[in-house]
Amino acid sequence: MNTPSELRYAPSHEWLSDDGTVGISDFAQDQLGDVVYVELPEVGREVQAGETVAVVESVKTASDIYAPASGTITAVNEALAGSPELVNGDCYGEGWLFKLDVTAESGDLLDAASYEAANS
Amino acid sequence: MDNAAQTELRRTPLHAAHLRAGARMVPFGGWDMPVQYAGVKAEHQAVRQGAGVFDVSHMGEFRVTGPGAEAFLQYVTTNDVSKLRPGRAQYNWLPGEAGGLVDDIYIYRVAQEEFLLVVNAANIGKDWAHLQAQVGRYDAQLSDESDQWGLLAVQGPRAEQLLQPHADTDLSARKKNSFFQTQLFGLPVWLARTGYTGEDGFEVFVAAEQAEKMWEQLLGAGLTPAGLGARDTLRLEAGFPLYGHEFSESIHPLSSSYSWVVKDKEHLGRHHIAAPTPHKLIGLVLDKVPVREGYPVRLGGVQVGVVTSGSSSPTLGHPIAMALVDAEHAGAEEYEVEVRGKAHPARRSQLPFYKKA
Repeated sequence: MNTPSELRYAPSHEWLSDDGTVGISDFAQDQLGDVVYVELPEVGREVQAGETVAVVESVKTASDIYAPASGTITAVNEALAGSPELVNGDCYGEGWLFKLDVTAESGDLLDAASYEAANS
Repeated sequence: MDNAAQTELRRTPLHAAHLRAGARMVPFGGWDMPVQYAGVKAEHQAVRQGAGVFDVSHMGEFRVTGPGAEAFLQYVTTNDVSKLRPGRAQYNWLPGEAGGLVDDIYIYRVAQEEFLLVVNAANIGKDWAHLQAQVGRYDAQLSDESDQWGLLAVQGPRAEQLLQPHADTDLSARKKNSFFQTQLFGLPVWLARTGYTGEDGFEVFVAAEQAEKMWEQLLGAGLTPAGLGARDTLRLEAGFPLYGHEFSESIHPLSSSYSWVVKDKEHLGRHHIAAPTPHKLIGLVLDKVPVREGYPVRLGGVQVGVVTSGSSSPTLGHPIAMALVDAEHAGAEEYEVEVRGKAHPARRSQLPFYKKA
């Protein structure tokens, strides 16, 4: 399991970087299997921490993605429309999902070590 | 993970072999089964382009023997069992007394007075009770051999080529739906040239205690282990209905295009099947958004049906689905499927979505 230490993680498997970028963890993409479609939120939408904001669909199932913090959606990863498999191949890089202008973080974000411990 | 719930799941003779092969296990029909090893897409493609092997030991096997075996099966199924010669296999249905299907099954005729039935894993207990309730009026015996057999499905265009060097019989001479006894890797087996993927292939009936040895030999011969995930995308591309999705006790069996399984003969529940079907099973294709079981199908904003199975097709590269729609609305070319509150255009497609070259 690849869990970069500079990120924080929601128990529901989203990661949040200091600049407000959100994606899903390596553990989550591996559990999901082949990602075939990603439904992203609209830019400008205000979201609350814990709210469903996106859906990642693998061959077998659709999985809700929750906001790891409250704020406004400032960007979405347009590349995923044509290449949803980026989520599998580079979940911490080119496979990011959306960016948030964070106003308040969820209180249950974990550091890398705690997230790994919770999912091992 | 709830350990108590896990321990109640049944295990096939290949359980340890799956864990060794790196399988992700999931509950399926009361069994702990591999959903994938390397990944659904890779396993799917291995079966379309090479050959894969599935553990289908969770399925049930019933043997029916005796002078009245044929008459019994003729009454409890819809297809014509009298046309089935020894050494041949037949797809068939177990109709319910009150309509719908108890199960869809395969019947293998071993000898004039001996048949092997393969039934869906989740239906073993229900099928057994149903058949037991009917068999008494016939000079026939029914035995449940589900625990005695390991069943492995070898599927794909290279299936014959990969098995032939290890088989004791000329496989090229064995046509589709043949069923015969031979040796594979020196182990006694029954082989059936049948399958559920839309590809050529064989189903290997092996004694449960030799199933693991057979599995390891098959992997060694170049077969890719494939899980339930790939099995489902393969059967969906091939347009094969799945019990619990396209068939059930509450779905009229002739909703699908399988009317050929019902022959003009006396059988259980005949008057129900003769009634007009209120729904029709259709194929749908979408551009991008995968649709899943239970999603509403609409025509001009009005719901006319529901998705029964849906996934992204690894072979075709776009989403495909089967849906039951009201019979009077089954002729349209364009529908909409509601996904998370939004309507997405879906085009009607011929079934199967995929046919081997």
